Amino acid sequence: MRVMAQVAMVMTLDKCIGCHTCSVTCKQTWTNRAGTEYVWFNNVETRPGQGYPRRYEDQDRWRGGWELNRRGRLKLKTGGRLNRLASIFASPVQPELADYYEPWTYDYASLVNAPAGDDFPVARPKSLITGKDTKVSWSANWDDDLGNSVGTDALDPVLEKIRRESEDKIKLEYERTFMFYLPRICEHCLNPSCMASCPSGAIYKREEDGIVLVDQDRCRGWRQCITGCPYKKIYFNHKSGKAEKCTFCYPRIEVGLPTVCAETCVGRMRFIGIFLYDVDKVTAAASTPDPKDLYEAQLDLMLDPNDPAVVAAAQRDGIPQDWIDAARRSPVYALAKTFKVALPLHPEYRTMPMVWYVPPLSPIVDLLTEQGHDGEAPENLFGAIDALRIPIEYLAELFTAGDTGKIEDVLHKLAAMRSYMRDVTLGRPTDESIAEAVGMTGGEIQAMYRLMAIAKYDERYVIPNAHLEDAHNLEEIGCSLDVEGGPGMGGQTGVFGEGSGRPQPVAVENFAALRDRQTADDPTGNSQLSGRVNLLNWDGNGTPTGLFPAKKDD
Amino acid sequence: MPSALDIALWGVLPYLCIVVLILGTIWRYRYDQFGWTTRSSQLYESRLLRIGSPLFHFGILAVAGGHVIGLIIPESWTTAVGVSDHAYHIVALATGGAAGLATLCGIALLIWRRRRTGPVFMATSNNDKVMYVVLVGAIAAGLAVTLFSVFDHSISNYRETVSPWFRSLWVLHPDIQAMAAASLPFKIHAVWGLVLFAIWPFTRLVHAFTAPIHYLFRPYIVYRSRDAHGGTPGAGAPRRGWEPIGTRDAARRGTAAKTTEKRSRV
Ligand code: HEM
Ligand code: SF4
Ligand code: SF4
Repeated sequence: MRVMAQVAMVMTLDKCIGCHTCSVTCKQTWTNRAGTEYVWFNNVETRPGQGYPRRYEDQDRWRGGWELNRRGRLKLKTGGRLNRLASIFASPVQPELADYYEPWTYDYASLVNAPAGDDFPVARPKSLITGKDTKVSWSANWDDDLGNSVGTDALDPVLEKIRRESEDKIKLEYERTFMFYLPRICEHCLNPSCMASCPSGAIYKREEDGIVLVDQDRCRGWRQCITGCPYKKIYFNHKSGKAEKCTFCYPRIEVGLPTVCAETCVGRMRFIGIFLYDVDKVTAAASTPDPKDLYEAQLDLMLDPNDPAVVAAAQRDGIPQDWIDAARRSPVYALAKTFKVALPLHPEYRTMPMVWYVPPLSPIVDLLTEQGHDGEAPENLFGAIDALRIPIEYLAELFTAGDTGKIEDVLHKLAAMRSYMRDVTLGRPTDESIAEAVGMTGGEIQAMYRLMAIAKYDERYVIPNAHLEDAHNLEEIGCSLDVEGGPGMGGQTGVFGEGSGRPQPVAVENFAALRDRQTADDPTGNSQLSGRVNLLNWDGNGTPTGLFPAKKDD
Repeated sequence: MPSALDIALWGVLPYLCIVVLILGTIWRYRYDQFGWTTRSSQLYESRLLRIGSPLFHFGILAVAGGHVIGLIIPESWTTAVGVSDHAYHIVALATGGAAGLATLCGIALLIWRRRRTGPVFMATSNNDKVMYVVLVGAIAAGLAVTLFSVFDHSISNYRETVSPWFRSLWVLHPDIQAMAAASLPFKIHAVWGLVLFAIWPFTRLVHAFTAPIHYLFRPYIVYRSRDAHGGTPGAGAPRRGWEPIGTRDAARRGTAAKTTEKRSRV
């Protein structure tokens, strides 16, 4: 057993309201640069729907992820190493801009510059790729349910598969009653196929926290990773000629802050914590023959941080004590392993994804309520879960490689939680049989409810600080996107003036200061700010120490 | 006694070019890792690229291999193993001609695509344009030489002129006389080739130097530790030797600026 730590996320889909705030804040942070206009490290898809890029889940076409070869060993779906090198000159199997969309802006200047006349001037859409007039016809969430999903959701590859397999004709009308949002970031997989397909070896997994990054200096633009990733979460920066991907906001994670998408989530539907897992078993788990067993295999990799043997092994393998403590309090461990309500997205891709989802129950409740039933009464809810085959099958295609039993288990637990807690809320005696029906106790249900419904910031995000005995190793190892004009370029001041001296890592400069202020009792952070003050981080409140040179007498 | 021009072209220029190639590559490798990329344009257009790029690349790699064999293996060796001069030339012309033709067709397609596909043309830097001129020139001159040697029997045998000169360069004793005796087409092709190598480190062609052969041998999953990784390369990398190729913010400096510019002139 070799223990490693992995920072992971759980998204509780019932709570996503589809507001796209996460996408926007992420974009403002990481991909608001030329070359990344079409890049959404975080995107929110209406499901059923095609996703982004369009129909990325159709692996017969895009060939992402792993499969088992005849001897039962893992093999990239795009082919072996020689095969990869032989097709490197054109890499025909990967999305083109048309499969994403052509990014555009508006010719706002014409609103101001147009000569006075009878007609109102219009700001015409201009392509950010060619600079020419363009017709806006698709974008990252064009088939959002508030936009245009009617008519295009039939193209959803998952729906297509279910329809192919089901005997009776399914009416789209019926499917449409079941709609939810699926926010997606890079899965920071345990067995990433993007990494395996990178000819340069530029993509790496950090030993300390499992974050998967692209070394911008080592990437040579062979763009094999884009084919390799089944989630299509590696994007090609067409200006720099390098691959870029979600960074799990590592500069924030290193100082114990949640990712930007999580921090700004309006529904508060994201949880971040760490797993301890056994690296030596990853390949074996990913090679599980039956795709339906992959979820269990992945769950088995996650080690129990309360088990003394695990703790001893973790200490032996150099996991710091506060990380082990954090693993014990990890909300992701609780949701995925203790309560078993969080499931991996598309385990059948065999990459062992580390963003987990609690499937949505609300659409079923809504449906019942719409039909005039009591949507939260246990009999109705349990009955509906069993009766509503399509939602169950659809969710199973997403989260359990088609195993509907596991989805039913999870939804039953969520239904039980609703029904059980309704009695609590209404001050009625609780019905323990509801809890027993799903193999839980009332206490467990209450704990799960607490975590999912009312957990505060520091319970939703349990992120131990990076361990940096010497602070200058607080890196942003080769990955960072803080190249000229990149998001991380902060002002740095050394002895020889602006820009001189050893660069101060962004993580230290900005995020430590922010964190200190956010968590300090005093809004100016007087007690904790030390040394110089970055005026960009100063919000004008008070006079933090370091704003002016220290007085002689203190 | 070789003329001054001969000495300059065949005794000095080669060394200049080699030095520029080597020092330039080292310098670029050290200071411009971020600009070291194929600058793929696949995202913009892939239908033509899918034909043109493999055609060109496989062609040029074969041509490169042919050059190595033709220039490095002395004529006496092949005759010694019983390959007649005539047989050698037929094989060399057939394979070399085919590879050269594939290369030329490939690059013609690539250039046509580059010119005709809006976004690809937009993404073409001046650096790329110069590189294409020199590259196409070298390829075309090479093919011309091949054609000449088929149809013009007065042309010199390169294995008695160019090759000995080429080998003599490496022992720092350039056989200027041998090269001076070669026919004009060979001379043009050789100079053009030297220029190509001299500009190589400063163009996108550097990607060929990092051909990812090690992919065949590395483990699939790469773990890296923060601590083991000395220094903090990504954290505000040292000032680059020059502005990285192709990373200029074209939307800010190009499109957006251009559109407003146009508007304001109206
Ligand atoms: C030996 C290993 C090589 C590999 C793996 C390789 C790979 C590539 C790749 C992946 C591209 C990007 C194509 C795209 O997506 O747009 C490319 C472009 C290019 N390569 Fe290479 N290359 C190699 C050698 C060479 C050599 C030896 C030359 C020339 C002498 C060369 C000249 C070019 C040119 C001119 C382009 C630009 C094509 C265009 O888009 O117009 N390459 N190469
Ligand atoms: S989801 Fe992320 S880690 Fe997994 S294969 Fe894709 S890019 Fe790599
Ligand atoms: S911010 Fe939260 S609620 Fe809004 S779309 Fe993103 S994940 Fe859903």
